[in-house]
Amino acid sequence: MIFPALFFYLFAGVCIAAAVMVVASRNPVHSVLFLILAFVNAAALFILLGAEFLAMILIIVYVGAVLVLFLFVVMMLDVDFSELRQGFLQYLPIGALLGGILLIELVLVLIGWTVGPGVRQTIAAPIPSPASVLNTEALGHVLYTRYVYFFQAAGVVLLVAMIGAIVLTLRHKPYVKRQSIAEQIARTKASAIEIVKVRPGQGL
Amino acid sequence: MTEVWTNYIWPLIIILAQSVLLLVVLLIITAYILYADRKIWAAVQIRRGPNVVGPWGLLQSFADLLKFVVKEPIIPAGANKGVFLLAPLVTAVLALSAWAVIPVNAEWAIADLNVGVLYIFAISSLMVYGVIMAGWSSNSKYPFLASLRSAAQMVSYEVSIGFVIITVLLCAGSLNLSAIVEAQAGRWGLFNWFWLPLLPMFVVFFVSALAETNRPPFDLVEAESELVAGYAVEYSATPFLLFFLGEYIAILTMCAMATILFLGGWLPPFPVAPFIWIPGVIWFTLKCLFMFFLFAMVKAVVPRYRYDQLMRLGWKVFLPLSLAMVAIVAGVLQYGRLLAK
Repeated sequence: MIFPALFFYLFAGVCIAAAVMVVASRNPVHSVLFLILAFVNAAALFILLGAEFLAMILIIVYVGAVLVLFLFVVMMLDVDFSELRQGFLQYLPIGALLGGILLIELVLVLIGWTVGPGVRQTIAAPIPSPASVLNTEALGHVLYTRYVYFFQAAGVVLLVAMIGAIVLTLRHKPYVKRQSIAEQIARTKASAIEIVKVRPGQGL
Repeated sequence: MTEVWTNYIWPLIIILAQSVLLLVVLLIITAYILYADRKIWAAVQIRRGPNVVGPWGLLQSFADLLKFVVKEPIIPAGANKGVFLLAPLVTAVLALSAWAVIPVNAEWAIADLNVGVLYIFAISSLMVYGVIMAGWSSNSKYPFLASLRSAAQMVSYEVSIGFVIITVLLCAGSLNLSAIVEAQAGRWGLFNWFWLPLLPMFVVFFVSALAETNRPPFDLVEAESELVAGYAVEYSATPFLLFFLGEYIAILTMCAMATILFLGGWLPPFPVAPFIWIPGVIWFTLKCLFMFFLFAMVKAVVPRYRYDQLMRLGWKVFLPLSLAMVAIVAGVLQYGRLLAK
């Protein structure tokens, strides 16, 4: 039917336009907002493909968490736009050179690209028909049986990255006053106050 | 041509009609929970609350609506105009769109998605953008500080809400909201619902829902003693109304989520004669209103948290607790099944 195709072109068009605006817009906060639009449209494309689980996960993980942090950082940057644009002509040759090299590499890769003989069987094997199994279940079956080691390895990589980030940023500043809840609760009358008898005329 | 009519246009008309009906009911309920919120708060403090407009003040919310609509919307000169006006729209539209998947009765959902829970979770994780955009585009100190706070707060509590949802999903075995409610049906009625076996998770969910919707005692986003009125300082008239609406609809959504995940949705509390005659939508509404009553009572009786305490609660108490519960529930389900054999 024509409607799925129309929606595909709508979402794909908005997605590409938003992606262009991410690069083109002057204000970095606007860039991040356009990136959100691009991600939401990508999620809509997933839904058109019948992969609703991936669509929701894309929104929850990328838009709901990662881009919030992006926005957080970008908002707090104090960017001087005129200064940014000053060096444009100066850096243009280097940028063009790098872009050209990347383009040539991509073209070379695409020219030499062939599908290996075993790949078709590997892809076809674990996927059940979409009518019989929900795609959440299908994904679960594949991830936890066939690809369980890769899945676990990906988890370990993420864990290491997380620990690394914590170790790099963890600093114990001795002069910062912190509240220790356990210490506060453990205080008793005996440890908190001292009763002193003051004799008249003598003081302490 | 007839195929286009039966496959696309007719369903579109039906969905539009259902959406309009839901929207009208939702807006009227919102007007009255706003009134209820103020009345309950007043009753706890032995005041009268709104009692002037209409009999017992029943028309107060509509008077407020009229006031907001006829006032002049002021856009600050230094504000980023597009984002400034987009922020309240994002908040209100996202809050309302969450209701598309909520089943208020058996087979009474506009879209019965098979990833319904994830859809609501995604919508509620997007809600933070309304606040951030408002805070940044106002180009003013207090809204900016408030939006930084709220971003951190909402992202932190989403983590524990996510784990709570996972424990419920493990018990129900489905991401579909209707299937989650059906999984709670049983002979024991009210004691079959998930609040009893997952009681700690119910408490975690309730407290996280308070934080997620920026309700007291976690309303640091608009803590008036510190941040004037938080992210909404620069807003007036209809844009402010949209924020207000979005906030209360989000609260209703959280009440509905608690009802579906833990209080058996539209199921009657006792599956016997006089209770099963009452239609499910009434049970659903009653449970939602009960949850909202809890929200309102918490607002009235609990003092505001300090910001570092809020973060401590989210990351050092709720996160380990809910992670442990995911492992425990999964273990009980797996080995309980093996033992039963």
